Amino acid sequence: MTDTYVDGNELAGPLRELFAVDVTVARGRCVGCGMEGMVAQAHVYDRAPGLVARCRGCDAVLLRLVRGPDRAWLDLRGVTYLEFPLPE
Amino acid sequence: MTELAKRRLVWRVAAVASVQEETASARTLGLEVFGWPGHLAGQHVDVRLTAEDGYSTQRSYSIASAPDGSSVELTVQQVPDGEVSAYLVGAAQTGDQFELRGPVGGYFTWRPAEMAPVLLVAGGSGIVPLMSMIRVRAAVGSRVPFRLVYSVREPGSAIYADELRRRVRDDHGLDVAYAYTRAAPDGWPYPPARLSAARLGEAGWPAEFEPACYVCGPTGFVEAVADILVDAGHAPERIKTERFGPTG
Repeated sequence: MTDTYVDGNELAGPLRELFAVDVTVARGRCVGCGMEGMVAQAHVYDRAPGLVARCRGCDAVLLRLVRGPDRAWLDLRGVTYLEFPLPE
Repeated sequence: MTELAKRRLVWRVAAVASVQEETASARTLGLEVFGWPGHLAGQHVDVRLTAEDGYSTQRSYSIASAPDGSSVELTVQQVPDGEVSAYLVGAAQTGDQFELRGPVGGYFTWRPAEMAPVLLVAGGSGIVPLMSMIRVRAAVGSRVPFRLVYSVREPGSAIYADELRRRVRDDHGLDVAYAYTRAAPDGWPYPPARLSAARLGEAGWPAEFEPACYVCGPTGFVEAVADILVDAGHAPERIKTERFGPTG
């Protein structure tokens, strides 16, 4: 039975704790396959400790977020870049 | 206080002001959230429950209501073995308090300034963020044409049925079509079935109208509907999805 996933919308709250802007509307590029898309469109697995976002094209891990009582770890090694819209 | 600190998202206290049973397994909680900054249709909140022993658990819920000062409504569907939904649907009472963080989510939102016709496709409790869009549309007097296709198991499991009927009558420009997957009302012209391309095609907007499409529900439902819409000619970038995870 395959793990089922939700989408990057689920990351909005946890990432908004760390960033001053909404990361889910940022566009990123997958290190694995080069696919570009919005963080909101990634496949997010939330049943393990922490949150894991995978590329909807090649399933490579894009980012991991683990929250502790007084700190958070964010592993972004799966994205080449994140492009944020910043309205004037 | 720096700009950054002011804009960091923090947990707030939500107090239950009202409780309304929607269906046998879904309930709307009217919350008062001190300092609520307002929200956009389609956004959600994270709810955190903390037990006396310090154990805490959190889940995301879509906001059901249009912005209204410090009032926020959540409609929660009971999920089998769901820790948080068991409390919110089964136990929460007026006066209870819990932590809430939001509003969050800038992707799955509809803003009244967007003029394109809107197609809303809901599977089960996926109706909640789409209802927020319908309610915001009415609150601002928008004339943007909306079509909702709502897939449910049986008539009794449709949330907001009475309100949707009233809005189709009063809001001008809202159409609602139901698809029943397990049991249909007497005399219904379609046998119970999963939402089909044909049904969605006839109840939705033609691809040539380039509608903004919002699809929400369990992951399997959302994937199937998104595929149908792309096959029907809708551009993938016009289709926004919110997956709730496995069917509850």
